[in-house]
Amino acid sequence: MTEEYIYAVARVRSKELGLLNRQDVDQLMACRSYEECLRTLSDKGWGTGESSSAEAILAAEEEKTWAFIHELTEDLTPFQVLLFPTDYNNLKAAIKAVITGVEPQDVFLPGGSIDPEVMLRCVREGDFSALPESMAQAADSAYHTLLQTQDGQLCDVILDRACLLDVLNCGRESKNDILRDYAELTCAVSNIKVAVRACKTGKNRAFLEAALAPCATLNADSLAAAACKSLDDLFAYLAATPYSEAAGRLKESYSAFEKWCDDKVMDLVKSQKMNPFTVGPLFAYVIARRNEISTVRIILSGKLNELDDGMIRERLRDMYV
Amino acid sequence: MFDWTTMGVVFALIGAVLAALMGGIGSAIGVGMTGQAAAGVVTEDPSKFGKVLILQLLPGTQGIYGLLIGFVTLTQIGVLGGDANMSLAKGLLYFAACLPMAIVGMVSAKWQAKASVASISLVAKKPDQFGKSMIFPAMVETYAVLALLISILAITSIGGLQV
Repeated sequence: MTEEYIYAVARVRSKELGLLNRQDVDQLMACRSYEECLRTLSDKGWGTGESSSAEAILAAEEEKTWAFIHELTEDLTPFQVLLFPTDYNNLKAAIKAVITGVEPQDVFLPGGSIDPEVMLRCVREGDFSALPESMAQAADSAYHTLLQTQDGQLCDVILDRACLLDVLNCGRESKNDILRDYAELTCAVSNIKVAVRACKTGKNRAFLEAALAPCATLNADSLAAAACKSLDDLFAYLAATPYSEAAGRLKESYSAFEKWCDDKVMDLVKSQKMNPFTVGPLFAYVIARRNEISTVRIILSGKLNELDDGMIRERLRDMYV
Repeated sequence: MFDWTTMGVVFALIGAVLAALMGGIGSAIGVGMTGQAAAGVVTEDPSKFGKVLILQLLPGTQGIYGLLIGFVTLTQIGVLGGDANMSLAKGLLYFAACLPMAIVGMVSAKWQAKASVASISLVAKKPDQFGKSMIFPAMVETYAVLALLISILAITSIGGLQV
């Protein structure tokens, strides 16, 4: 039903007026110090009024975004593509905490769809039936792999791949173009990152095959084969795919590549500014909020470390508005 | 033996009812859709109530046109006073005359609502563009007005025909 989001989309349109635009980013950049940046953000309504640290302000903004989405819709299924990475990250932390016998403290990320305590209990009891089926299978496999091999990286690879597959499935099942394209882009970009890291660290073909998730726009076998040879071969393969620009950015620097990834997502969701129906604009709003939080984090880190303005600017992401 | 020739007034009445019914259904759906969008905007910014209210009401006109056609038809066929006897051919003519308003009314109300919802989003982001935002859904109104015109012309002319 395209019409069930009419009220929600109208609210999102009004809320979009409060998103940071290029002028706001320039204003933040013009701040002479980190403290001045925090004051400017506070004047724009960022934070809770009580929190003074940058991390607390950014966490409060992330929380506000999800509180708003919860207010708009009870069904968060379309947003699972954004929530799976948090859930899988918490699952990794839970498995590692249980196996190493360390009491988990400040290791869980907030905002996932599954309570980290539930995950912890599942891992402790070795019964993952409380988790969604695909996640339970991956958790069981990662848990036993870590237990038997003590190889944390292998555990991460199993869970990261399962996360990407869940994101892809969620996107495909949503029957919404923007969610499907976002899931595909997320999976392809993650595969590229894995391939580049594996190539640089000299990982073998078996590792790459275990780590790469099959997606429609990148052939995992060809990517793995190229990554096993050399970076130049990897870039040559990417040049023949829809991600040809990625090769150029990777040659430039890894931060340029990461900026390209975020900008690509932004280009994708900008089409939702013209869509008055469907869940797409809500999804785009969450992405836009995450993007501005990420941009503000870059500016604050730059100001805190007294980096040159030019260096900060080249890392700034495109804004939604 | 069933006498079809007495069924003229029945068809004419069905036509009148359909015009009011379908126009009304279309408008109810349309105003409901735009109402949701308007409520969304007012939740965030109550000062835009006046502007979004006008946009909400635009798909409501088809219901009024349908009512008007229904009323005129009832008057013409003598149901609201006078002689309700008419030939089958005349009854079918009234029925056909009501169809433009019935069908175009229902379809245009829903599409106008979609245009209005989009315009409400426009007003939410750019309130100074309210004038332009009115034009887009108003364009759809053209076709409801054309249907109203042809239905009215047909209904008022049928009475003089010798059939």
